[in-house]
Amino acid sequence: MSAKTKLAPFTTFASVAVPIDIANCDTDQIIPGRFLRKSPDDADYHRVLLHDLRFNTDGSEKDFVLNKLPFREGRIFVADINWGCGSSRENAVAALTANGVRAVIAPSFGDIHYNNCIKNGVLPVQLSEEDCATLRGQLRESPGAEIAIDLETQSLTGPDQARYDFPIDAFDKHRLLNGLDDVGLTLAFEDKIESFRKTYAARHDWLD
Amino acid sequence: MGKTLFQKIWDEHVIHEREDGNVLLYIDRHLTHDMHHRLFPLIKAQGLTVKEPDKLFGVPDHSVPTTVKTVDDIPEGEMRDTVAGLERAAAEFGFHHFGMTDDRHGIVHVVGPEQGITLPGITLVCGDSHTSTHGALGCIAFGIGATEVQHVLATQTLWQRKPKAMRITITGTLGFGVGGKDVILAVIRAIGAAGGTGYAIEYAGPAIDAMSMEGRMTLCNMTIEAGARSGLIAPDDKTIAYCKDRPFAPKGKKWDQAVSYWRGLRSDDDAVFDHEVTLDGDAIAPMVTWGNSPQWALPVTETVPDPADETDPQIRADMEASLAYMDLTPGMPLSEIKIDTVFIGACTNSRIEDMRAAAAVAKGRTAKTRTLVVPGSGLVKKQAEAEGLDKIFTEAGMEWREPGCSMCIALNGDMLQPGERSASTSNRNFRGRQGPGSRTHLLSPAMAAAAAVTGHLTDVRDLIRAERP
Ligand code: SF4
Repeated sequence: MSAKTKLAPFTTFASVAVPIDIANCDTDQIIPGRFLRKSPDDADYHRVLLHDLRFNTDGSEKDFVLNKLPFREGRIFVADINWGCGSSRENAVAALTANGVRAVIAPSFGDIHYNNCIKNGVLPVQLSEEDCATLRGQLRESPGAEIAIDLETQSLTGPDQARYDFPIDAFDKHRLLNGLDDVGLTLAFEDKIESFRKTYAARHDWLD
Repeated sequence: MGKTLFQKIWDEHVIHEREDGNVLLYIDRHLTHDMHHRLFPLIKAQGLTVKEPDKLFGVPDHSVPTTVKTVDDIPEGEMRDTVAGLERAAAEFGFHHFGMTDDRHGIVHVVGPEQGITLPGITLVCGDSHTSTHGALGCIAFGIGATEVQHVLATQTLWQRKPKAMRITITGTLGFGVGGKDVILAVIRAIGAAGGTGYAIEYAGPAIDAMSMEGRMTLCNMTIEAGARSGLIAPDDKTIAYCKDRPFAPKGKKWDQAVSYWRGLRSDDDAVFDHEVTLDGDAIAPMVTWGNSPQWALPVTETVPDPADETDPQIRADMEASLAYMDLTPGMPLSEIKIDTVFIGACTNSRIEDMRAAAAVAKGRTAKTRTLVVPGSGLVKKQAEAEGLDKIFTEAGMEWREPGCSMCIALNGDMLQPGERSASTSNRNFRGRQGPGSRTHLLSPAMAAAAAVTGHLTDVRDLIRAERP
C-alpha cells in the first residue's frame, strides 16, 4: 500500500485569530469528558469545543471570547502556556477542526495533544510567552485582526505586520505540508520491520 | 558517556532512525479500553487489520457502571454500546479481552501490571495519558492519541522523537502517613504542570527504593500531570518479586533469562540527564490540591494561598480563576474545607495497598460524607474482600463498588452535582472533570478516608495519632 494523503495539506493559512487567555487549558476544557462518546460526524459537534466555557447548562451562551462576533469566525487560536495538557483524548483536535481551527499558537503544549494536532493537519505553533502575550493583547485590542501563517518558511505575520519565526520538527513539517498519514509512511518500511522483529525476538527470547 | 535507563530500553526498540532524529519504534505491548472501540471498524474500512493481536489487550473501564456486573445489565445507550463495541472488536480481531464478568477485569493501568502484561524493559503504549503508570516496573510506557493507536494496531510500531531525560531524586525517608501520592503532588508542585513537558522522568533515590510497587505506580501515574509522557523507575528486587508468577510473565528458563536482562536495566553511573531535580523526602507532608491544576498542591497543614502574594500577573490570574471556581477564600486553613463526597479509586490509587490504607483509617469510624470505594480490578476486589476490607468500608457507611474508572472521569453515571466538592484519590482536579461544575481536591487514600470520617480535609496523621496512647 502506498502513502495515502487523507489530510488537507497545510501550506499557508490566514484567519481572524482568537485570544484564549487560559493558562494550562487542559483537554478536559477543550472537550469535556461527557462528549467523548459523541460522534465527530454529528452536525452539532462544533458546539463541544470549550463547551463549558462557552455555554450555560441551559445551552445559552456565556460571556466568552469565542461567542463575540468577530471571534466566532476565528480559525487560529492564540493560547497560553501548556495548551492541551492532560488527557490524551484526540477528540480535542476533532473539536478544533469541527470549528475550522487549523492552527494554535502557544508558548507550550501538552506533548500528546501536540502530536494529535500534527496527525490531524492542525499546526501547533510555538512562540515565546512574551510573543504570545503580545499577540493576545493585540487581538483583544483589535477584535477581528488576522494572523497569517506560512509553514514552508516557518513564519507568521501578526496583526501589526510583525514577523515571527517558529520552530517545527522536520518530519512534522513534511507530514503537514503534504497531508501525509503515518500508516502509509510506515508500510514502506515493512521489510525493515520484519527483519527487526526477527533479530529482536532472538535477542529477547524471554519475551514472546 | 553512560546511558540512562530510558536510553537503554529505547535503543533496543529502534527499527529505523531518520536523519532528523525521528525514530520508528517497536511496541511490545498495546493496551486498549472501551473508549477506543470505534477505531477498529475504522482501520478495517482502510483495509488494515490488527497486526499482532497477541500483543494487544483490551479491557472496558471508562464506561462500566460500578453497580452492575454484566454488559446486559448496563442500561441501553452509549455506555453499553461502548463496552459491547470493544468486546465485539476483540472477538473479530482476536486480541485478549477481559470482560466485565472476568475477575481480571478492571482499570487498564491496574490490569496491565497485575497480569504481568507490563514487564521491565518493554515498550508499552495505550491510548490513555496515564499509561505513564506502567513505567513503575522499569519500562518505557506512554500515552498516545487515537491516530497513533490506529498506527500501532496496524503496524505494531510508532514514529517517535526521543524525549529529553530528567531525573528526580527523592532523598531521605518518607514520614508516617506520607506515600506515593504525596510525593508526586509535591513533585508537580515543585516543577509545575508543564515542568516535565518534553521529558521522560526517571525517579530515583532512597525514598523511591523504599517505596512499594503500588506507591511507585501512583508516582509514575501522575507523571503526566507534570507534563511528561513517561515516568520510570529502575527495576530492583521488589520489581522482580512483583512480576514473578504473574499470568503473562515469562516462566521457567525464560524467567531466568528475563531476570538477568532486567538486572542490567539501570542508568549508568556516568549517564547524563538533561535536567536533575532533588526533593527532600523527609520534608514531604500529606498533600492536598486547592485549585484546578495538580500543580496547585500544598501540605494539608497550610492555608489557601493568596493570589495577591503572587508577583507574576498571569499566575495570579490563574490562581484567582481557580479560587473562584473552587469557591475558596485566601487564608482559610485547608483543613477547614468541607467535603460533600469522597472518591477512593482510579488508576492512581485503587490497588490493594490503597484499599488497605483507606480501610485502616475507616476502621471503626463512620463516614460523614457520601463515600465511594471503587477497587481497580476484580482481583483487587477479591483480595480486599478476603481481608475483610469491604466490611470495614460498608460498616463505616461507605459504598463498596465494582471495578472501573468511575468518578475519576464521570463517564459511567458516578458523578458530582454542579458545585459539589470532592476529596478524590484520582489524578485530575480539572474543572468539570467529575461532572459539570464539580470541585475536586486530590489526595491520598488515607487522606481521603480521613476526609470521609471527619467531613472536611484532615491531616490523617492527627487523626491516627489522636487514637494512639
Ligand atoms: S481511572 Fe481515570 S485517569 Fe485512570 S484510566 Fe480511568 S479515567 Fe483515566
